[in-house]
Amino acid sequence: MRYLWGVPIVAVVAMIWVLAQGLKLDPSEIESPLVGQPAPELRSTRLGDAQAATLNDLRGEVTLFNVWASWCVACRQEHPLLNALARQGVVRIVGLNYKDAPDEAQAWLQRLGNPYAWSVVDPTGRIGIDYGVYGVPETFVMDRQGIIRAKRIGPITADYLEQQLLPLVRELQAEPS
Amino acid sequence: MRWSLMALVTLLALGVHAAPVDPERMRALSEELRCLVCQNQSIAESQAPLAQDLREELERLIREGKTDAEIRNWMVARYGDFVLYRPPLRPRTWALWFGPPVLVLLGLLLIWALIRRQGRSQSPLPDIDERQLQAALKNTSQHPGPPE
Repeated sequence: MRYLWGVPIVAVVAMIWVLAQGLKLDPSEIESPLVGQPAPELRSTRLGDAQAATLNDLRGEVTLFNVWASWCVACRQEHPLLNALARQGVVRIVGLNYKDAPDEAQAWLQRLGNPYAWSVVDPTGRIGIDYGVYGVPETFVMDRQGIIRAKRIGPITADYLEQQLLPLVRELQAEPS
Repeated sequence: MRWSLMALVTLLALGVHAAPVDPERMRALSEELRCLVCQNQSIAESQAPLAQDLREELERLIREGKTDAEIRNWMVARYGDFVLYRPPLRPRTWALWFGPPVLVLLGLLLIWALIRRQGRSQSPLPDIDERQLQAALKNTSQHPGPPE
């Protein structure tokens, strides 16, 4: 009972510590409810030709499903990394060309390189909504069964690539199909 | 004949499309949903393109006759609980819901304990002889100030 006066001080210090922990979190990083779920169905066409694009095309191979747009500045930041991944053939990358004009999108790829096996066009953003996209670029890691295993919001950085993305991709590629 | 039929069908289709959406319900729902791009605005307030898209989706879902709960689930399935301004009650959010009342309760308990302790430590005045007290008081009034 003698030390009762210390309790408020300890409580305040504990509170400050808890709130300080909160400062380390990035409020834009929101856990996606889609991780662990089968990827939502999509029906569209491929950028540059009229070929149909469905979810089924994404299955069968570990895939990075990368949401991009020619108007998206941060997409330029991660683009060299995607190009390098594609060049080395580490993993298949499929694009979702989000709310973009097809000619501008194609010009953008011509200028900066095209790491995508193909890009699904989503001019209205409807597919994006089904995938819970809210900030381009976003990247989904899908396993062979088309289940979303990870989601990255914002550009892929070299650190994220080395420490999280590549280990996960290797792990998924090692899974029996 | 065929033309008028086509016109009628078109009109009907338009009519179905333009079925009125209860603005009150639309407002209530969109105020409860967070715009994920701006995070501190609801999709009712936000001018972000995604918020506009989501308002359109909301209208479509209402038109399709979905209940409020179904619409909320639709949003949560895509964007997670974060999209709701009112987080659902589940083990992960217990701290969020019960933390503040528990802390207030602990604070009240502490205040109560402190007050009780203070009350006890203030022991009653020691017994003083009434005559002695009167004498002391008299002395004070006769000789104000400290003795020289």
